[in-house]
Amino acid sequence: MSTNSISRFFRWFFFRSRGDSPFKTILIHITLIICSVIAVYPALRVVTISLRPNDTLLTTDLRIIPENATLNNYKEVLFGAPEKNRQSDFFLWIWNSISVVAVTSVISVILAAISAYAFSRFKFPGRAAGLVFLLTTQMIPAGMLLLPLFIMIAKLKMINTSLGLIIAYAVTSVPLTIWTLKGYYDTIPVDLEEAALIDGASRLTVFTKIILPLSTPALAIAFLFSFMGGWSEYLVARVVLQKNEIYTWPLGIFTFAQEFTVSWGQFAAASVLIAIPVMALFLYSSKWLISGLTLGSVKG
Amino acid sequence: MENDSFLRRNLPTILWIAVLASTYFVLSALITPFTSGITLNTEIVTDRLKEIGSFLFGILGGLAIIEIYFYQIFFREPINRTATIVTRGIQIVLGVLTLIVIISFFNTTDLIKLGESAFGKFVHLPADSFTNLQDSLVKSKVATKDSGAMIAGIIFAAGILALYAVIQFISKPKASRAGLAYLLIMPAFIGVLFLIIYPFLFEIKLAFSNASLGTQATKNAEYGLIYGWENLKALFTGSVAKDAKFFEVFWRTILWTGINVTFHTLGGMGLAILLNRKLAFKGLYRTLLVIPWAIPTTIAAMALRNEFDSRYGLFNILLGNINEWFTTVSLNTANIVGIGNVFAWLAATIGPVSWKQDPFWAFVSVLMANIWLGIPFMSVIILGGLQSISQEYYEAAEIDGATRWQQFRNITLPLLRPVLTPAIILGVVWTFNKFDIIYLITQGGPQEKTDILVSSMYKAAFQFYRYGFTAMFALVIFAILFVFTLIYLKTSGGLKSATE
Repeated sequence: MSTNSISRFFRWFFFRSRGDSPFKTILIHITLIICSVIAVYPALRVVTISLRPNDTLLTTDLRIIPENATLNNYKEVLFGAPEKNRQSDFFLWIWNSISVVAVTSVISVILAAISAYAFSRFKFPGRAAGLVFLLTTQMIPAGMLLLPLFIMIAKLKMINTSLGLIIAYAVTSVPLTIWTLKGYYDTIPVDLEEAALIDGASRLTVFTKIILPLSTPALAIAFLFSFMGGWSEYLVARVVLQKNEIYTWPLGIFTFAQEFTVSWGQFAAASVLIAIPVMALFLYSSKWLISGLTLGSVKG
Repeated sequence: MENDSFLRRNLPTILWIAVLASTYFVLSALITPFTSGITLNTEIVTDRLKEIGSFLFGILGGLAIIEIYFYQIFFREPINRTATIVTRGIQIVLGVLTLIVIISFFNTTDLIKLGESAFGKFVHLPADSFTNLQDSLVKSKVATKDSGAMIAGIIFAAGILALYAVIQFISKPKASRAGLAYLLIMPAFIGVLFLIIYPFLFEIKLAFSNASLGTQATKNAEYGLIYGWENLKALFTGSVAKDAKFFEVFWRTILWTGINVTFHTLGGMGLAILLNRKLAFKGLYRTLLVIPWAIPTTIAAMALRNEFDSRYGLFNILLGNINEWFTTVSLNTANIVGIGNVFAWLAATIGPVSWKQDPFWAFVSVLMANIWLGIPFMSVIILGGLQSISQEYYEAAEIDGATRWQQFRNITLPLLRPVLTPAIILGVVWTFNKFDIIYLITQGGPQEKTDILVSSMYKAAFQFYRYGFTAMFALVIFAILFVFTLIYLKTSGGLKSATE
């Protein structure tokens, strides 16, 4: 009897979409509020810890704004602590990350924008094989090729340089970007190009004057995808970069985050500083990100 | 008039430049007093820009040379007999040269070993002549040490371009149907060749070697089928990283993938169904619920790792508080038979847990973290799918007297399938390979009891330096995933739709 009533409650709760009774609406709100708290609270804890003064870092206090809240951690992370003779690497790490990830994204978007057009519009021997190959590369774990790539990068003397990391990141980024953009090009009607071709335009003119302008949003999505993919990557970077001067921020921040120590507050402050712009960008663009995801994967 | 239109046309650009410039000045003015505490300086920035700039310049130059080569093959036709001989001659020489450069690249990266043999020396001729030119340039003070490589490259490129100009001069245009397509995919093709095919071949070769720290990676490694067999034997009978055995880790990987994907899908589906209705604060809920996905994974993982601390972590604080509450209640209700015992039992069972020492709880902790991180993605995907289902179906079903459950079973689920199936399949593959959470939170510990296949492989390579073994391990993982993908493609017919 009890399982039956539970399942009846379950069905009533989930599968009634219109004309909800007030009681049910309240229940839904309560569920959603609990879920939101679960989603947000661990993130808020990081903010809390970043605001704690150093002497009360170790506490079992659960308040969001701690006692004697201070911005000292932020100051120390950003600008170092001259009185302790310590310099801040924060901007260095951010710069390292940006230079690597932006270059990777630009390269893969350019390569993909050109080749995806060929895959989308031309019939040529080898096309199907190429597409299937690109699909399989998405199934290969990125970590799987890491060892041979690592040896290759080492032999080319690119360990501890941003170039080595750019190469390693391009491995996953290029096929994914081609796939996403091909999906988008497929949705642009061919009539437009055919009209232009009949009017005497060349293929290149069609590509640069019609396709590229029409696919600016997709190019932006592809860039963002590739950027997000590399931006917070840790494992590959750890293998390729072994010197503090060249660390990207995930590696740098990890040096703070060892255990509950003094630098735990600095880790939290650095995390907040990095996460807020990224989250803002993400939430702002999430709609397009999702449409990009569905273009790449769902369409097959 | 002219001026006016010029200004108006370029006003947005000018405004952007003004905004960027003023931001730059304000930021630099704000930061200047603190520069003594910052290690980043303009020198580092310009050095990096130079490094990346010359790298990109080299790549673009190389690609342009290859593109022109194929352009002339596809779109140019020699005007007469002598021209044909000259053209094909130049093209063959350049083709052979490229082949030699590729072989010498293989040689430098140890894919093949030519050593000091005559062929090895011959293959190294282009590279040697390049270094010689570079050295003589530096010696004659034409170039500095940094720019030597670039100037030598430009001289080489100029030589090749001159040959191209000759071909161009003695040929006439020709039509080609598929030529443009090949020219367009050429850059990406070369990239994929270099970044995926080549490492993959290398991996296969490594799998049949005894490369390890002792052999200085590939330098003194020996190759042969016997080493491949030994690596395979070691994989299935020996330990994969330090102590853990292959099948133990394999089943844990299956468990890890299964639990994660199940919770992601069910949780995502539940949230999506709750959100797919008229509701106050819907936008707010959506934003809040998507936050675990929006936080950079590395930050989330490192933050959660400290929340699993036995004394100061969030989870043990909460569990400790609950335990305290149960204890007080059980003390107060000790006289009441039944209830008092229940609370005493609860107080004895629920309490702080050693997340880091106990293998079971360590595994639970990484599962909790990954589930927390993964639900938003699924719910967003499913919500998108739900919103695309027309409301008319439900109205029609309602008129026919279908219950809500029937509507869900017979309308929502089938119409959600095109969204759900690929999302689940991709989810399985991603989760199977996703070990950054595990690595950052538990490092696979305690005693490798939270390692999954991919994280064991990572450790075997970069902590234990068993290169040959790792390569074989990677091939086995690849085979597992490949079989899974084939089954998926066969059942869903995804391959056909992909290439159409």
